[in-house]
Amino acid sequence: MAPTQPAPQRSASSSVQAALKDAGLAALIAFGVAAPMMGLRTVQGQGGLTISPRFDTVAIAVAAVFVGRLLLHAWQHRGGALRFTMPRLPGIERFAGPLLLAIAVALPFLPGVGRYEVDLGILVLTYVMLGWGLNIVVGLAGLLDLGYVAFYAVGAYTYALSAQYLGFGFWQALPLAGLMAATFGVLLGFPVLRLRGDYLAIVTLAFGEIIRIILLNWTSVTGGPNGLSGIPRPTFLGLSFTAGGGPGSFSDFFGLEPSPIHRIIYLYYIILVLALATNWLTIRLRRMPVGRAWEALREDEIACRSLGLNVTMTKLTAFAIGATLAGLAGAFFATRQAFISPESFTFMESALILAIVVLGGLGSQIGVAVAALVMIGGFEVFRGLDEYRMLVFGLVMVSIMVARPRGLVGERTPSVVLKERKAIDAALVREGAG
Amino acid sequence: MNAAPPDTILAVEGLTMRFGGLTAVDGLSFAARRGEITAVIGPNGAGKTTVFNCVTGFYRPTEGSITCAHADGTAYRLDQLPGHRINSTARVARTFQNIRLFPGMTVLENLLVAQHRVLAPAARMVGLPGYRAAEKAAIDRAAAWLQRIGLIDRADVAAAALPYGAQRRVEIARAMCTDPVLLCLDEPAAGLNPRESEELNALLLEIRQGGTSLLLIEHDMSVVMRISDHIVVLDYGKRIADGPPAAVQADPHVIAAYLGEEDAEVAAP
Repeated sequence: MAPTQPAPQRSASSSVQAALKDAGLAALIAFGVAAPMMGLRTVQGQGGLTISPRFDTVAIAVAAVFVGRLLLHAWQHRGGALRFTMPRLPGIERFAGPLLLAIAVALPFLPGVGRYEVDLGILVLTYVMLGWGLNIVVGLAGLLDLGYVAFYAVGAYTYALSAQYLGFGFWQALPLAGLMAATFGVLLGFPVLRLRGDYLAIVTLAFGEIIRIILLNWTSVTGGPNGLSGIPRPTFLGLSFTAGGGPGSFSDFFGLEPSPIHRIIYLYYIILVLALATNWLTIRLRRMPVGRAWEALREDEIACRSLGLNVTMTKLTAFAIGATLAGLAGAFFATRQAFISPESFTFMESALILAIVVLGGLGSQIGVAVAALVMIGGFEVFRGLDEYRMLVFGLVMVSIMVARPRGLVGERTPSVVLKERKAIDAALVREGAG
Repeated sequence: MNAAPPDTILAVEGLTMRFGGLTAVDGLSFAARRGEITAVIGPNGAGKTTVFNCVTGFYRPTEGSITCAHADGTAYRLDQLPGHRINSTARVARTFQNIRLFPGMTVLENLLVAQHRVLAPAARMVGLPGYRAAEKAAIDRAAAWLQRIGLIDRADVAAAALPYGAQRRVEIARAMCTDPVLLCLDEPAAGLNPRESEELNALLLEIRQGGTSLLLIEHDMSVVMRISDHIVVLDYGKRIADGPPAAVQADPHVIAAYLGEEDAEVAAP
C-alpha cells in the first residue's frame, strides 16, 4: 500500500524544484495570514492606540512553514504516505456501546469522581442528547439544520415561563416543552419544505437567529437580555433537594446528611435517562417505516416520490421529532442552570451540535456519543492551555476529519437483514441534499 | 366518465406540454390497454420523456388529461393528483433512465421502502406484534422478487455496490413492490449487454403475465419489437403512428421520420 510512490521516470532535480515551488507557495500563504495577524500589534501609547510592527515574528512563522513544507515533501519522496488511516474498528458498536453505558451509569459512584466530574458528565450528556436529536434531522433525513439550538431555546423557555406563570414543576413542564418545540419544528418545517441543501441551511440558520432575537427583545415576557432566573429544580417523587435539608426534602426522607451533591447526581441521572430514551427512540424509529423513509429521503428524494412516499410528511416528522428531543433537553438545561438567557442559545451552540454529529459520523449513534465526549470533555481537558485551547481544539477536529472524512463511525448499519448483517461502507452512503 | 373502451388502463387525451416557448408535446392522444405492453418510441427530442414525466406526475401538463382506469372502474386523473399519490393512490409506478436506487441502503431496504404504503399504517395502527407480521410479509414479498430477479444472495448488500444490470433489475423489482397496476419504464434496456437485455425481456413478459400493464420508452429496437403489444410513435411532440409492432414497422411515416429511409433494416427483427 503505497499510492504516493513517486513516478520512477521523474528526475530528482525536477522533484526538488517542484517541492521548492510548493514550499514557496505555502510560505507566501503563511505570509498573507501572518502579516496582519502576527505582524501588527496594537500598543497603548501616550497618544492613544498605535500599531507596532513585529517583522521578526512574521519571518519566523514564514520560515517555519517553508521548512515544514519542504520536510513534508522529503518525507513523501521517501515513500511515506501523507494520508494516515486509522485502523478500522470492526464491531465498535458491539463492545464500545455497553462499555460506555456501564461507565455512564456508574460514573457518580466511581472512586475519584467528585462534583466537578459529575457536572461535566451532565454537560457531556446534554450534548449527547442534542447530538442524537439532531442526528435524526441531519444524519438520517439528510436535512441540514443550522438552527437546531432554536428548539433547545424553545424547550428551555417553555419550562421557565410555565414555571413562572403557571407554577409548573419540571416533570409537568417536560412534556409541554417537548410539545412546544415540536410545534415550532413543524412551523419551521412548512416554509422550508421546498428548499434543499444550502438554501435549507440558510433558512434554518435564520430561524435560529429569529428565535434568539425574539427572546432578546420581548422583554415583558422573556426578561430580554436579563433572562429568567429562579427556575425551580426538579423534585424526586415530590421530594425536593433543598440545600439545608428540612422536612419534605430528599435527604430528610432517606435520612441522609444534606448535601448539594445529591441534586447534582439526581440531575445526572435525569439527563442520562433522557439521553438513553432518545437513543432508544432513534434505534426503534430507524427500523420502522418512518425511519426507513427518512433514510430513503436522504438517499434520493425523487425516487421517494415515485414510490408513493409523502415527502412533505416525511420531512415534517423528522423536523418535529428532532425538535421535540431538543425541547426536552432545553427543559433540562433550564432546570439545571436555574437561570437562562438568550446568550445560551447562540449560533455557536448550533454549530457545536452539528460539529458533534458530523465528527461522530452522520447517522451513527455511538459515533455521536463519542464525538460529544471528545468535543465537550476535550474542551475541558485542554482548559490548562489557556489561549491555545482553541488552537489545539481546532487541530484535533481537523485531524479527525483528515483521518476519517465521514466521521468517527462512517459506516451505516442496515436497518433490516435477510441473512447477514454487513456494515455499509461510508463512501456509498449519501449525505443528503436537504 | 369518458368514452374510452373498458380495457383501457391509461388514456392520454390532448396532452400538450410547453416549456416557455418550446412545445415539447403537442396535442398528443393515445391509449394503453390493460394487460398489454405499450411502447412509446421516437427519435431523440421527440418528447417521449416529457410524456413519461407527465404520466408519472413529475411534470404538470399545460393542457390535456391523463386518466388511469383501474379494473374495478375507478378512474384517476394523473394530471391532477399530487406527485406521491400517483403511486400510492393511482398505483402507477415508474423507473428512471439513470437508475435512482437508494445507494447507501441495502437491496432489501430498497424493496421495503417501496412497501411503505402497506407498512406505515401497520406501524401506526396495530402496535408491535401486528407490525412484526406486516414487516415479515413485506420481507417475504421482497425476497420473492429478489428470487425472481436472481439477486437473493445480494439482499444485504448496498444497492450501489451492485453491477449496473443488477441495479436495473432491482429498480424494476422495487417499483413492482409498490404493487402497481401500471408500470412505467424509462429506457429499461439502456446500458445493458445483449444477455442482460434478453433477461430483461423475460422479466417484463413475466410482469405482464402477473397482471400488471406496462408502458415503456425505449431506444433498443430488439426490446421494443419483440415484447411490445402496441407501439406509439412520436415525432416533434406529435403522434405519427400507433398500432401493433408489425404495422408500425411497415409504416412509411415511421421509416421516414424515425428510422431514416436508408436505415430500414434496423427495424428488422
